[in-house]
Amino acid sequence: MPSANADDIDYTDIEEKYRVQYDESFDQTLIVDGVPIIDKSKLDRLLAKICKEFARKGVAIRPDDIFMPWDDTTGKSKGYLFADFRTVDDANLALSALHNHPFDSKHTFKINRFTDVEAFANMDETYTEPEVEPFTPKEHLRAWLADPQGRDQYVTYRGDDVEIYWHGKPSQSELAFKPEWRDFLYVAWSPLGTYIATLHRQGVRLWGGPSWKPQQRFAHPLVKLIDFSPCENYLVTWSNEPIVVPEGAAQGPQYFSPDDEGNNIAVWDIKSGHLLRTFSTTNDSDLPATKKQMQWPALKWSPDDKFVARVTPGQMISVHELPSMYLHGKKSLKIEGVLDFEWCPQGEKDKEDADKDAKALNGAATKPVAKKARENMLAYWTPEVANQPARVTLLGFPSRTILRQKNLFNVTECKLYWQNQGDFLCVKVDRHTKTKKSIFCNLEIFRVREKDYPVEVVELKDTVMDFSWEPKGERFAIVSSSDPNLGNPGPGITIKTDVSFYQLDHAKNDFRLLRTLTSRTSNAIRWSPRGRHVVLATVGSSSKSELEFWDLDFNVEDTGRREQASKEDWGSGIQLLGTVDHYGVTDVEWDPSGRYLATSASAWTHTLENGFAIWDFRGQEIVKRIQDRFKQFIWRPRPPTLLTKDQQKQIRRNLREYGRSFDEEDAAEESNVSAELIALRKRLVDEWNAWRALCKKEHAEVRVQKHGKAEESQEEKEEIEVWVDEVIEQIEEVVVE
Amino acid sequence: MRPILLQGHERSLTQIKFNAEGDLLFSCSKDHIINVWFSHNGERLGTYEGHNGTVWTVDVDSESRFMVSGAADNTLRLWEVATGKCLYTWEFPTAVKRVAFKDDDSQVVCITEQRMGHQCAIRVFDIDREGDGTNQSETPRYMFYPIGSKATVCAFTPTPNVIITGHESGKVALFNVKSGEEINNNERAHGDVVTDLQLSKDGTYCVTSSKDKSARIHDTKTLMVIKTYTTETPLNSAAIAPGRPYVLLGGGQEAMSVTTTSLRQGKFETRFWHKVFEEEVGRVKGHFGPINTIAVHPAGTCYASGGEDGFVRVHHFDDSYFKAKPYGDLDIAD
Repeated sequence: MPSANADDIDYTDIEEKYRVQYDESFDQTLIVDGVPIIDKSKLDRLLAKICKEFARKGVAIRPDDIFMPWDDTTGKSKGYLFADFRTVDDANLALSALHNHPFDSKHTFKINRFTDVEAFANMDETYTEPEVEPFTPKEHLRAWLADPQGRDQYVTYRGDDVEIYWHGKPSQSELAFKPEWRDFLYVAWSPLGTYIATLHRQGVRLWGGPSWKPQQRFAHPLVKLIDFSPCENYLVTWSNEPIVVPEGAAQGPQYFSPDDEGNNIAVWDIKSGHLLRTFSTTNDSDLPATKKQMQWPALKWSPDDKFVARVTPGQMISVHELPSMYLHGKKSLKIEGVLDFEWCPQGEKDKEDADKDAKALNGAATKPVAKKARENMLAYWTPEVANQPARVTLLGFPSRTILRQKNLFNVTECKLYWQNQGDFLCVKVDRHTKTKKSIFCNLEIFRVREKDYPVEVVELKDTVMDFSWEPKGERFAIVSSSDPNLGNPGPGITIKTDVSFYQLDHAKNDFRLLRTLTSRTSNAIRWSPRGRHVVLATVGSSSKSELEFWDLDFNVEDTGRREQASKEDWGSGIQLLGTVDHYGVTDVEWDPSGRYLATSASAWTHTLENGFAIWDFRGQEIVKRIQDRFKQFIWRPRPPTLLTKDQQKQIRRNLREYGRSFDEEDAAEESNVSAELIALRKRLVDEWNAWRALCKKEHAEVRVQKHGKAEESQEEKEEIEVWVDEVIEQIEEVVVE
Repeated sequence: MRPILLQGHERSLTQIKFNAEGDLLFSCSKDHIINVWFSHNGERLGTYEGHNGTVWTVDVDSESRFMVSGAADNTLRLWEVATGKCLYTWEFPTAVKRVAFKDDDSQVVCITEQRMGHQCAIRVFDIDREGDGTNQSETPRYMFYPIGSKATVCAFTPTPNVIITGHESGKVALFNVKSGEEINNNERAHGDVVTDLQLSKDGTYCVTSSKDKSARIHDTKTLMVIKTYTTETPLNSAAIAPGRPYVLLGGGQEAMSVTTTSLRQGKFETRFWHKVFEEEVGRVKGHFGPINTIAVHPAGTCYASGGEDGFVRVHHFDDSYFKAKPYGDLDIAD
């Protein structure tokens, strides 16, 4: 055995492991320029002064750590010095605190990292052409609309899993995508369905396109709420934690800068991902005691994405222009006492007009535009103060002209409801009696399309809990209640409500009651996005969960003749199509086509029978899935149709012909589905029977072994014959011969 | 047909059992007694008194001569069915949770609880059928301690000397009673405690129910899972309907949280599932507490359920139950 020679042993691995790490970098060294040029006699005083300056900014430094180079020929300093700090963090802090720091009236510190100087000095001066990245075409973000079967999509969020499904006929309803997204609060579609957003700890992510690739991200840590602008150009994010920009955070137009610190609302450009501006939700005037729940969305967008406005309650509405985010006209709308406002939505016609305007502008056309698009409008209200009545105002914007004002008395609260085409504005006014003991409700309805904006009042005796316009229609529905329990909710209390429908009577130009449905428990109105159909739901109750499907034009064949028919018999077309029950329902939502209704019971609200169901517009159940830990169901929204009015009319006229091909498809589908199902069942039965046969055979063998003799002789069935003699009649006959 | 409500117990039911002919129904409860009923009209034939604690389990032999019961008074008792006389009593250190007769009536298997330092034990006793039945041996023929999670339910399989057990961990296993050796097991049969295990008529397959909200059909030889029935409530019992392709599942929200919820949320219904297609076909309401135990008449003409509410409900099937062919004309082996 050879003796081990100490020199032969390879220690390098151990040496490597235990080597003391010397800090060889110059990261904690800074170069300070702009130091007064002095001679040696003043050195001590200067160093002391500099150290004091540094200490005042929170970075302690000793005169020993400062090295000042000298020009030996003149005997004076060179006007700069090197300062060594204990750690890199200290150096960074000093850099940010003392760069551009005025030392005295003549001298200003200019600080650089020692390593930077080296890097800049050694920089390659020759210019190299930056490589142009090859163009990769982006995926079409609206590819899902090209689905040949015209299906809609929906997203479900259950446990930690998100799934996106197609919804169509039974055979066409399939999983579209199952993303691997992790650790987020919830998901949300953008208003036109182009993107889906997830809220992570780090910020918001947008996904889209046929491959569901990440499209954009917005670094807003601990984001809790988001809001898209109506045309999907901008995104607003909110977090309850004020923005903090840590040392060494990433910089650039997509990130927060130190100026944003302390704010908690951010506005982003979706396409570029750039941060446009941040706001703070806390108003300086707010006393902490009077702090109310935050309104969301805190920023309200005009329907064309041109303006975004926010209200400072009691003071003003600030309107910002996009994309610069500057205050429009450099000043806010100062309105004493203003509490709330709403933008007027843009109708289909307005949109067309606006498009035409834009085209005319772009083409620099000289021909006059037939009709100018309607100006943006917003409505706001101010409460009663001293002798001044409460007031609702319609304001044109950007002209800032007051279009209409209405004074109101005895007001406790106003709510503004625009019809989705911007034809009507309903102000729900909760009024109190003189004694302030009871509350009743007035509906002040502005007809916005007519000259001088006529206002009409519908007076009600009860409290109105919910109000909803029929989309694109002239009807609205209200839920009212005179229940004494109203206002003091408790477990097990279900509030009795009445639901009423009103319609604009063209003859008299006022809104008339169509019908009232009394003693319901419904507390939510959900109009189909196409109008006509409405679902009344009881949500958030532990004992009632009814859904009623109503048709408001039951007697009318096609919608073109609606007006005529409704005149004939007022309110007779209202028909209940079906009543169903979805236990524990928390959310009710129509699909964008108005064909299906989805109801879901979310685990965020309660944990009983979570899951979702999809119904057709008549209330027939199509899908029902009860799933533990089910959280969210959202239909993917659709952008407005690209077809023109004429094309739509054409289609409506030829509906029968189009329908025929669909009917055929349906028939084929039905036979297909049933054939598949039958085949599946047949297979299952065959499998089962085969398994049973095998079991029986084995079992018989076991029995033979066990008893050593066949038991087959022993009949399983025992036949018992029972003879029943029944004496029906006994007659004794005496035969007399 | 209207269900027959058997009101003979003061506390919740623990197990119910039909005899081989199905004319008698035995029910045991937490009120310390065992009742026997005529299944066709719900008349009570008699009561077996003697236990001094919750009677957890009961089983009757194929001749309806002897009946065994296990209770929380740490005893296993043998009764004469006809007279109600207690013939023999075995005593153990802990409660008896499950008993089962062998199909030839020669043996009885029982599970005793794991408690107070005592392990869960499985014992097999020979039953002396000669004479008046009081002459039983005190010591078990076989005895062993199953390793790992404690056993909750058990039954004899058609294979000699092999029993099938369900465990607290959700495991289903086969044991050789002679050696106490675990022959085969399926650790992941269920995700939670196995609450019931009932054999098919020929014993070649069995259905188990579990608190994991599912019930499963297993091959008793290979322990392969054949079918799975997933519900939305913890299950306490599962039974096979002879003659028709259904399994009956019963359960409901835990008894302790029942008072805080309404009837509808409790899901105290008996669920009928299609045995082969794994689809729910119907529900029978009635109990206002969780269903603890379900039994089906051996001929498949009626079924009974016993609930936490202290009632036994006997439902005789209507004609339509036998005639209906909801899935078309399919011939499904029993």
